[in-house]
Amino acid sequence: MTTTLRLGTPGMPGGPAVTSTSVTVTVDGHEVEVPVGSTILEAAEKAGRRIPTLCHHPDLPDVGVCRICVVEVTGQRALQASCAYPITTPIEIQTYSRRVRQARQTIVDLMLAEHCGSCQTCGRNGNCELQDLAAEYGSDHFRFGQRTEPTRLFDTFGPSIRRDMNKCVHCLRCIRTCAELQGVGALGVIGRGDSTTMSPYLTLPISDVVCINCGQCINRCPTGALQEVDNTDDVWRAIEDPTKHVVIQTAPAPRAAMGEEFGLPPGTPVTWQLNSALRELGFDKVFDTNFSADLTIIEEGTELLVRLYENLVLGDHGRPVPQFTSCSPGWIKYLEHKYPEFAPNLSSCKSPQQMFGALIKTWYAQKNGLDPADVVSVSLMPCTAKKFEAHRPEMTDSGFPDVDVSLTTRELGRMIRELGIRLPDLPESDFDDPFGTASGSGVIFGATGGVMEAALRTVVELVTGGKVEDLFDHADITPVRGFEETRYAEITLPDTLGPVPPLLAHLVPDWDWLRGVTLKLAVVHGTANAQKVMEDIKAGGRFSECHFIEFMACPGGCLGGGGQPIPTSKEIRSARAKAIYGEDARYGETGRVRKSHENPAVLRVYEEFLTDGPCGHTSHHLLHTTYTPRGAFIATPSMTVPATTNATTNAPTNGGAR
Amino acid sequence: MTLATIEAEQGLRAALALDPAGVVATIRESGMKGRGGAGFPTGLKWQLAAEAVAPDGVRYVVCNADEGEPGTFKDRVLLAELPDLVFEGMTIGGYAIGSHEGICYLRGEYVYLLADLEACLERRRAAGLLGPDVAGSGFAFDITIHLGSGAYVCGEETALIESLEGRRGEPRNRPPFPVVSGFRGAPTVVNNVETFAWAAAILARGADWFAHIGTDRSTGPKLLSVSGDVQRPGVYEFPLGVSIAEVIEAAGGHDAKAAIVGGAAGTCVPARDFGRAISYEDVSTGGAVIVVGPWRDLLEVAENLQWFFANESCGQCTPCRVGNVKLLEGIRALRRGELTVQQLEDMVSLGQTMRIASKCGLGQAAPNVLLSIIENYRSEVLGHIPVGAR
Amino acid sequence: MITLPAEVEAANAGLIEAIDDLVAEYGDDRSALIPILQALRQQRRQISDVAMQVVADRLGIPPVDVQGVVTFYHFLDTTPTGTHVIHLCRTISCAMAGMGAIAARLEHELGISFGETTPDGLFTLSWANCIGMCDAPPALLLNRQALARVTPDQVSELVLGLRAEVSGMIGA
Ligand SMILES: Cc1cc2nc3c(=O)[nH]c(=O)nc-3n(C[C@H](O)[C@H](O)[C@H](O)COP(=O)(O)O)c2cc1C
Ligand code: SF4
Ligand code: SF4
Ligand code: SF4
Ligand code: FES
Repeated sequence: MTTTLRLGTPGMPGGPAVTSTSVTVTVDGHEVEVPVGSTILEAAEKAGRRIPTLCHHPDLPDVGVCRICVVEVTGQRALQASCAYPITTPIEIQTYSRRVRQARQTIVDLMLAEHCGSCQTCGRNGNCELQDLAAEYGSDHFRFGQRTEPTRLFDTFGPSIRRDMNKCVHCLRCIRTCAELQGVGALGVIGRGDSTTMSPYLTLPISDVVCINCGQCINRCPTGALQEVDNTDDVWRAIEDPTKHVVIQTAPAPRAAMGEEFGLPPGTPVTWQLNSALRELGFDKVFDTNFSADLTIIEEGTELLVRLYENLVLGDHGRPVPQFTSCSPGWIKYLEHKYPEFAPNLSSCKSPQQMFGALIKTWYAQKNGLDPADVVSVSLMPCTAKKFEAHRPEMTDSGFPDVDVSLTTRELGRMIRELGIRLPDLPESDFDDPFGTASGSGVIFGATGGVMEAALRTVVELVTGGKVEDLFDHADITPVRGFEETRYAEITLPDTLGPVPPLLAHLVPDWDWLRGVTLKLAVVHGTANAQKVMEDIKAGGRFSECHFIEFMACPGGCLGGGGQPIPTSKEIRSARAKAIYGEDARYGETGRVRKSHENPAVLRVYEEFLTDGPCGHTSHHLLHTTYTPRGAFIATPSMTVPATTNATTNAPTNGGAR
Repeated sequence: MTLATIEAEQGLRAALALDPAGVVATIRESGMKGRGGAGFPTGLKWQLAAEAVAPDGVRYVVCNADEGEPGTFKDRVLLAELPDLVFEGMTIGGYAIGSHEGICYLRGEYVYLLADLEACLERRRAAGLLGPDVAGSGFAFDITIHLGSGAYVCGEETALIESLEGRRGEPRNRPPFPVVSGFRGAPTVVNNVETFAWAAAILARGADWFAHIGTDRSTGPKLLSVSGDVQRPGVYEFPLGVSIAEVIEAAGGHDAKAAIVGGAAGTCVPARDFGRAISYEDVSTGGAVIVVGPWRDLLEVAENLQWFFANESCGQCTPCRVGNVKLLEGIRALRRGELTVQQLEDMVSLGQTMRIASKCGLGQAAPNVLLSIIENYRSEVLGHIPVGAR
Repeated sequence: MITLPAEVEAANAGLIEAIDDLVAEYGDDRSALIPILQALRQQRRQISDVAMQVVADRLGIPPVDVQGVVTFYHFLDTTPTGTHVIHLCRTISCAMAGMGAIAARLEHELGISFGETTPDGLFTLSWANCIGMCDAPPALLLNRQALARVTPDQVSELVLGLRAEVSGMIGA
């Protein structure tokens, strides 16, 4: 069996060259060596001094606007913002002095004077950087007054993001996140001086502009100005209603992070304790989203093979290649706005959340003699865009909303705390059947590269008739793992391939056309990186030759999702990734399946319910969807635009109507 | 005015006869410091830009004609009456630092000067003083004019560059300084209109001539914009080191109570200190002297200027965005007799913080006039505080 | 390129053409943004919603960035102005020289407050910060031309004259 494997990132300029030269800095009398270009903040950290920060965020370029991090630099009249001062020559720094102390106190007092909102009623109470600063600098009264009347927009109009600009302290983190990390540019600075606000275009509700609901801005907001739309009351109401059968599916990424909501170090998985907590909360059934992730892999893998067959053999380009993954609703909306002409490249598969929802309201309800109208389907997701996805009009193929309420990790954390449960102390318990069984492949969906790896495990076995383990140790397809912004890999299929498995026999006659073919694959996370890849594709660059590309809207994939615990950083995200890959490995060690197509529960669905197989009629009706090319135009109240103009549903060629 | 007596293109020809380093050396020897207010030595600035690594060999010369400092209008007069001299100075600067592109950032309020300035550039191109071969020397240089859109902060050199790049005029962090990384990341010299005019004069008359005028550390003549309660407001030229009293006297100011030297960003000098000198080592100014008559309420002056800063703050950094509003509210409360002594002390402490913690010169200078009034007229200020609140 | 709804496109055909001409003249680099906005403001007395979205599209930047720039500068604005725009300097040297009386007379003559446009669309009254005319105060900008040492009576005559000019044109 011959498999060549090449790695690399085509067409992407690498990061800045690391310079080896260093410079000596004296921090509070102690000398430290730092690389030229390091900031004072970094030098101080190296010297063991903590400088308070607010507008600084490790994921973002520095702007030096809050001024809380000012320090003395010998020879300079004014204090300098340590986060934004690159050191190029030897300098002497004092992180503390009378002037520094007075300045920081004053700045905190000014922020408190500008901030309007009370801590007791804020979703960030206890996890707010402004609170921390006020405590640290001993603010004991509102020295420069306090705004008590809200004067700025409190935007609660959309399904995902809630913005209370009265609480904003102008750190610009949200704007930098949206523009630089996500490449969306939904938010900007409007006005000037005291009337400056962080705002979407024309101060419209964020849901009316080109925003992808990724929630990355929320994850980086130091205060309660940005939060998710809180749906916990909807869930409490359903649980407390005896006529309702309330089920919850939990995705792997929140399980790898929920511990952080209870003070555990990032990367501590709490999957099995969480199951117990959910039962105590009153959920009737606790299911594992990984089940539908496995289902997604079968459907999406099949779709890929069919798409390649149509393109490479039949010469039918109606469903173009590369196929793009479709499980990240942030990415979907991004594409609908910015690259609507590429909608046919998107896999028509619904995301695991929605596939699950559709099965719960149909197969599950039927099996258990439930009226789907009485079934409330809740999901625990790492993601704010999932709330939007659950609201999409396309997502009601069962005749009911596939998913009634999508909760973020933070919201469920609040619910559990409200009940007085200390999550880490709970006993472990399993998921409920019939969706309790999942494979390790479903788990790794939560990390960037996970969908690709899961799909490869399945596609390779379906096609070769052999074992992935023969190609990759322990079935760990490491080339697609990691945190590089874009990963590119090639896998050349062997010259001898297996027969077409019965599951797919109705779709493809044989695999002859795949013999010795080199599959070109890419993995992208963060929409700013997605933009680079899309531009490369438009320009006919190397990514346009790919067969399959995984796109995730959030940096790090779902484990860095906009509904995950705050704070976030590269270190925290990679700790969560370890938890996720650990859970996958645990499947292997305990002898459970790690490949989607071996998941017995999934096979049972095809036997009992989706009897015409993957991408068959029932599956198309319930598990596949269509997209809405939205474009970049923002319809504003000042213009009369018929609702239809902006919401034409343009089905990709393989839409549900087939 | 000395500048009006400089023979046309004499400075440019003298410069082109030297090598670029020689031009920089001449400016350094003259001891000239920037005429825009900050007082950075011009020769050193040019040298740093000439030595800075320019990735594509591109460097820029920018003339700061954003003149927005309240009480300052000498650049307007220079641009209206001696535009050739200013452009000549820019051309010399370009030659000195190895730049082929000059940009004049003209404030939006002066749009009525634009046509004449464009015509002047056209004349200079026709005369071979701009273009691919300046005065037959083989040196290529041209100038474009960029019109501002109304924002005081765009006079701050990094905000000006942001504005040139099509953005909100929000000042950048420094370092890196524009001489290293300015317009489009290239080494950029930003100088005041008057600085360029004197540069041409220095090349024409020699560094010695300039260095012998003024004081040791503040060489050369300076244009001053005198306004306020005087009989003859206008642009005056004095050697640096001149006393405030002499300036007021020349403009016909009588019994002045105070002078705001340096404009809104300057300082309020009480009459008893009129003997002090206008120079970089004493009372520094970009050129504004606003004379305040004996009948005026200084807090009214302070309120007007604080409103100006609150309105013109770019709004990015906390001390300036919030601080200016708080100072303004404080002045208003003081004038209404509703401030306590403790609150006055808090205002002073706030002003001190703004001076050292703001991101740019706007916020750093914004409390200056108020703080100097509180310091110099303490009993008058305390008089506004009700007895019970002292 | 942005796809506008057909009726929005039809209603703004002239504007879109003007923008494309300006982009051809100034380029599609971000540096061209402010000159393009200045020209639009000059030509059409307004930088409209559609204008901002189309300019943003042509320069490849988010519309909110264009609005951010428009709302940063005094001379750029989204709201339409009148035929004649008066900017009265309110800063110190003018304030000390009788700006208050000029302001009161202007408001009286035009029947509007600062920041407003007369109902007939003829005048917009705005404040300006120091316009560099401190040697001849009080001063104002009328359609961006400086008028120095104005008196309240001159202001009345000015308004009268401009009004007459327009009615004369209509009469003719
Ligand atoms: C708020 C602010 C406004 C300024 N406005 C001007 C101005 O209008 N003209 C000017 O030449 N310099 C102005 N400056 C100073 C410039 O930042 C810069 O120092 C100057 O253009 C350098 O030129 P010079 O060295 O020739 O003086 C301003 C600085 C600040 C902080
Ligand atoms: S949710 Fe995402 S796209 Fe929307 S404003 Fe926040 S960062 Fe930008
Ligand atoms: S909304 Fe939050 S992140 Fe954005 S500027 Fe305000 S405080 Fe910062
Ligand atoms: S000091 Fe004022 S003008 Fe300067 S950066 Fe800060 S807010 Fe902007
Ligand atoms: S953390 Fe450095 S200025 Fe805000």
